[in-house]
Amino acid sequence: MKQEIIIAGFGGQGVLSMGKILAYAGLMNNLEVTWMPAYGPEQRGGTANVTVILSDSAISSPVLDSYDTAVVLNQQSLDKFESKVKPGGVLMYDPSGIHHLPTRTDITVVPVDALTASIELKNSKTYNMVLLGALLELRPVVDTEAVVKALRKTLPERHHHLIPVNEQAIEKGRSLVK
Amino acid sequence: MEEVKLMKGNEAIAHAAIRYGVDGYFGYPITPQSEVLETLEELMPWETTGMVVLQAESELAAINMVYGGAASGKAVMTSSSSPGVSLKQEGISYIAASELPALIVNVMRGGPGLGTIQPSQADYFQACKGGGHGDYHLIVLAPATVQEMADFVGLGFDLAFKYRNPAMILADGIVGQMMEKVVLPPFRPRRTAEEIAKQCPWAVTGKGGRGHRNIVTSLEMESPAMEQNNLRFQRTYAEIEANEVRYQEYYTEDAEYLIVAFGSVARICLKAIEDARAVGMKVGLLRPITLWPFPSKALDELSKRIKGALVVELNAGQMIEDVKLSVNCRVPVYHFGRMGGMIPNPTEVLDALRADFNI
Amino acid sequence: MKPEEIIKPENKIYSRPRLLDDRNTHYCPGCSHGVVHRIIAELIDEMGLEDKAIGVAPVGCAVFAYNYIDVDWVEAAHGRAPAVATALSRLNPGHLVFSYQGDGDLSAIGTAETIHAANRGENIAIIFINNGIYGMTGGQMAPTTLLGMKTATTPYGRRADLNGYPLRISELLERLDGTCYITRQAVHTAAAVRKTKAAIRKAFENSVAGRGTSVVEIVSTCNSGWKMTPAQSNEWMAEHMFERYPLGDLKNI
Repeated sequence: MKQEIIIAGFGGQGVLSMGKILAYAGLMNNLEVTWMPAYGPEQRGGTANVTVILSDSAISSPVLDSYDTAVVLNQQSLDKFESKVKPGGVLMYDPSGIHHLPTRTDITVVPVDALTASIELKNSKTYNMVLLGALLELRPVVDTEAVVKALRKTLPERHHHLIPVNEQAIEKGRSLVK
Repeated sequence: MEEVKLMKGNEAIAHAAIRYGVDGYFGYPITPQSEVLETLEELMPWETTGMVVLQAESELAAINMVYGGAASGKAVMTSSSSPGVSLKQEGISYIAASELPALIVNVMRGGPGLGTIQPSQADYFQACKGGGHGDYHLIVLAPATVQEMADFVGLGFDLAFKYRNPAMILADGIVGQMMEKVVLPPFRPRRTAEEIAKQCPWAVTGKGGRGHRNIVTSLEMESPAMEQNNLRFQRTYAEIEANEVRYQEYYTEDAEYLIVAFGSVARICLKAIEDARAVGMKVGLLRPITLWPFPSKALDELSKRIKGALVVELNAGQMIEDVKLSVNCRVPVYHFGRMGGMIPNPTEVLDALRADFNI
Repeated sequence: MKPEEIIKPENKIYSRPRLLDDRNTHYCPGCSHGVVHRIIAELIDEMGLEDKAIGVAPVGCAVFAYNYIDVDWVEAAHGRAPAVATALSRLNPGHLVFSYQGDGDLSAIGTAETIHAANRGENIAIIFINNGIYGMTGGQMAPTTLLGMKTATTPYGRRADLNGYPLRISELLERLDGTCYITRQAVHTAAAVRKTKAAIRKAFENSVAGRGTSVVEIVSTCNSGWKMTPAQSNEWMAEHMFERYPLGDLKNI
């Protein structure tokens, strides 16, 4: 099993932390993982992307030019990464930031309205967890239990009371693509 | 059971330093390596191991703190990124000339000048061919994984103390910023004053019953004596070249073409080679782990069996000079480089190989 | 009276300090460095700090200080002595760590290291020889060169509009919270030598006790660079240097 994933959007959308939780969950499931950010002074509003590779064998390059799965959260990221999804791969996008829809037909294209879902959950910070839930429904690379463990590991103690709402968000994400 | 952790390369260096029993870290913030200092400040090792962590007023001050700490036999280190490492060169030359052990980490970014904060390998010449003034060498280690970022802290110090010569971890922004699984080395206590006195009888710690004074200096006004110092340095370098060359070969047994790359670029090339092998191209990889001493003999041997080599670097062509010297014109050697913080992807590497060798 | 009747231990009023090496120095006759070296050697012995003393030598005339005072030494790059001393002090707590620096080393190329070591309150004693000139490189202008003073790089005299003003760095350091003792002394008379010795003693005590940074500025002569006899230099210093660099404690807490 090897899953090569790119998550791309604006800084502040939780792109890097979504990748981080996915990577930690991979660690919990004894997978090999790499988490490679396109780092920089990206703050809220700038572009941000992260490559996460989960594999049951050693990972060579942390830098890729094609992906099994792309999660794109704005138009620039869609324009940049649509062509880089491997044939048969998955392209997930949040329609709220997208004006020109994806056109490829050799991949599975899945809109996930995570923005509306996070508003329904009354916590905008669950946005990326909704997306993660949807991703895991389509690409069951790690189990939810591992994700919860990862949340416990990555969230500071003072934010642990938010774990239940994040679990809800993951379930909501799953239901959006079922 | 060993605990597997997930962390950035820069963070791994900080954890490994504490666990190795490093006595002092002196640094100055610069992207993309600031996590080393930040992690150390967060972990507060002065409360546990007694390690000193100090944010200096400049890279210049930081490297001279390293010089002072190393002069007293302590295991001391600094880290920075390219422009900051340029500032440190005077101090590095002094440390080498005073035959002091120390560890310097360079998490390279694109230059020249202020350049970019994105990854680069353009400081190969600076690290391996001098950098500062005078004839000296650093022992240069090039990590490709977060695990190696952690492991090379200990290796770097071990070699530095063994040869009384500064060592450098020459990493790039990719391996500094990426997160991977890492098994951290076990904790070992910092050396006691007695152990330091035994290991480093030259150390400046106060005469302390020694009876004679120790002087750490790189100054020698008498030219014949200064030449003797230089000859002694060269003997040390010859010994290091004989004993400490490290490299890794992948798929070289039947390789017709060889890629030579270091650091995280070697991993990008490995992916390209996996893709090449999948379509029947016999390509292998040599990854120098020590950039100085350089694995010249291994390349010399390999060049007798291959049709040609491609050197892939994040620069305009630096390590290729050492590769060419090693293969001694036996086979053609080409270069593929990206600069300014651009990172080649595996397909680009493979395309370059096909184009250079018409395959 | 025969000489052997006079040369007796009970008549001895001066001898070479035990820790001052019995060898010729490279300093010019009449230079203030020799006196200050002697004071340091005497004090380290008197204070019982021989085994705990670490000196940091500068680049400048005192670059070879390590050849004259019999304690452990590190020779620093130009201006970096306070950074070197910072690490030595932090990594060897309870030791006497002192730097010995000239005006070019401390107040030109090493200004940043000086100010930040002092601002951090490093437990070091800085012995600062201010003779208003670069001695070793052949008498060029220093930050502390007086206005109108002729040097190799101000052959017509230092001009404020071209070269700025004589830098009073002790006054700058006095304002920093990390410093505990800043004083300006001289060694041109026996009385001044005694005061300087008391000042350096206090600075050394502060270093060992961990009270913060001490700076003993010693307004000095450079008769070679000033192109005067040693006696003329002392007179000229008292007449001109003390006006810009008045002697006394600037801070003592």
